[in-house]
Amino acid sequence: MSGSRSGSRHLGAVGFFITPFVALFALFYLVPIGYAVVQSLYQVKRTGTFGPAHDVFGGLVQYRRVFSDSPFWHSVERVLLFGIVQVPVMLGVALILALLLDSGLVRGKRFFRLAFFLPYAVPGVVAAIMWGYLYSPNLSPFTALTAHVHLLGADLVLWSIANVVTWVYVGYNMLIIYAALLAIPTEIYEAARIDGAGYFRIAWSIKIPMVMPAIVLTTVFSIIGTLQLLAEPQVFRSFSTAVSSTYTPNLTVYATSSVPNFHLAAAFSVVLALATFVLSFSFLKFTQRRGVQ
Amino acid sequence: MSVLSRRAAAMLVMAVCTVYFLTPLWWLFVGSTKPGGRGVGLWFDHFQLGTNLHAVLTYQDGIFLRWLVNSIGYTVGAAAIGTLLAAMCGYALAKYRFPGRETLFNIVLGGVLVPATALALPLFLLFSKAHAANTYWAVFLPSLVNPFGVYLARIYAASSVPDELLEAARIDGSGEVRSFFTVSVRLMAPALVTIFLFHFVAVWNNFLLPLIMLGNQKLFPVTLGLYTWNSQVDQRPELRGLVLVGACLSLAPMLIAFLSLQRFWRSGLGAGSLK
Repeated sequence: MSGSRSGSRHLGAVGFFITPFVALFALFYLVPIGYAVVQSLYQVKRTGTFGPAHDVFGGLVQYRRVFSDSPFWHSVERVLLFGIVQVPVMLGVALILALLLDSGLVRGKRFFRLAFFLPYAVPGVVAAIMWGYLYSPNLSPFTALTAHVHLLGADLVLWSIANVVTWVYVGYNMLIIYAALLAIPTEIYEAARIDGAGYFRIAWSIKIPMVMPAIVLTTVFSIIGTLQLLAEPQVFRSFSTAVSSTYTPNLTVYATSSVPNFHLAAAFSVVLALATFVLSFSFLKFTQRRGVQ
Repeated sequence: MSVLSRRAAAMLVMAVCTVYFLTPLWWLFVGSTKPGGRGVGLWFDHFQLGTNLHAVLTYQDGIFLRWLVNSIGYTVGAAAIGTLLAAMCGYALAKYRFPGRETLFNIVLGGVLVPATALALPLFLLFSKAHAANTYWAVFLPSLVNPFGVYLARIYAASSVPDELLEAARIDGSGEVRSFFTVSVRLMAPALVTIFLFHFVAVWNNFLLPLIMLGNQKLFPVTLGLYTWNSQVDQRPELRGLVLVGACLSLAPMLIAFLSLQRFWRSGLGAGSLK
């Protein structure tokens, strides 16, 4: 950090550095958020049944509709259930793979690291199309499985989607955790090893606590990602009739805006953004209070 | 357990995971070499990749190639400019004291937690007002903003650009902006590639924004194009084969970017979580 005196000297340079980003951030983040809030407070009124439509101030009318919209709240429950199961499974696998890569037991680390990370290069839409084919009984190479288990049926399709998301993101999360593991000074293990600690003991008592910040970071991103689920279920609508147009909160926003009912869709967006913000922020606060830095 | 059996167990887990991660990609490649929509096993059968590529690239007057070019246009431009802007802002946050610095950083950090999809609808309404929805700019301009990039750039700048070096540059008479471009950018280069790569992936994968913004097929990125084809398979069965070949082809640019930038993402990725 340059000393406090340098602050006044370089204001011009600071302005040059921050203005372009700040201007775009304001235009494409802050203004849209503000605009969505304003739009959500209006409603469409018609003069007579077929008269011209006007936007009039409606106060919290749209929010009342949001809170009484049961398909929306079902979709919220669905993604919460999805997140409670999928996020720990995905991060658990990512953590185990990162620990194995770091354990010194594995040969060919570069190959495995690349192989596990490659799915991250596949866009959600493409991954969903690919797995959709793999799940379809008449297209899949795994007919022994797909003939007997309806992976695209109402009971299982949520978990079939969870598998797509897991497949894409395990490697990414593994790399973040692995990079944090590499940053731990090895002397710490040497001491533990001399004291007779084995692989599991070292992983559990030393490595995992030391990479907690990385795990917290990946958890927050996964929570945000889960609440935003859109591309995968949207693609699955062409494979499975069990995925409705309001299957996830984001699909509801999209369906409502194509009706079009922009005021209600804006209210959905605002509620969803707030919920995401509150959830990820309180998770961060919770972990900080527990002393996990 | 002996060391040998531990090793064997670890390698077994790795092998199983490799099969899980790579089989779908292998299947996609094999599937795209077969006659359209034909039995989809895990091995080659009536190899005709050339014919299939030709079919995809000429379907509807070559619209697929246009989608690929569009994606590259949206992505490379937005990631390159977006990375530079994020780097400048993160650098200023790390290296200078100025009024409102902490407030700005906290607002930007809040931006990381706001889901980008919540912005898509209001952005569409705003661009419609300006009669600019359904244009290239409607997707390109919002894609420039990368708050997480600012956060990473601040961490990297704080750890990799020593104050003494900047002070030395000042004594040599270099202006602040010149020092940034001649000294600091070089020191931050590995980090900037990481930010670029993440930004690239995020824009390349973006789906909701183009879905809401664009009505004109000629402006679609490749993800939206493939999605449209896939949802028309019931009416036009010939698309089934094309979707597979197109999906396979659309992965090529990303795989090239990943393999060629390997040495950067391998080392730079974790820095975001190190304080």
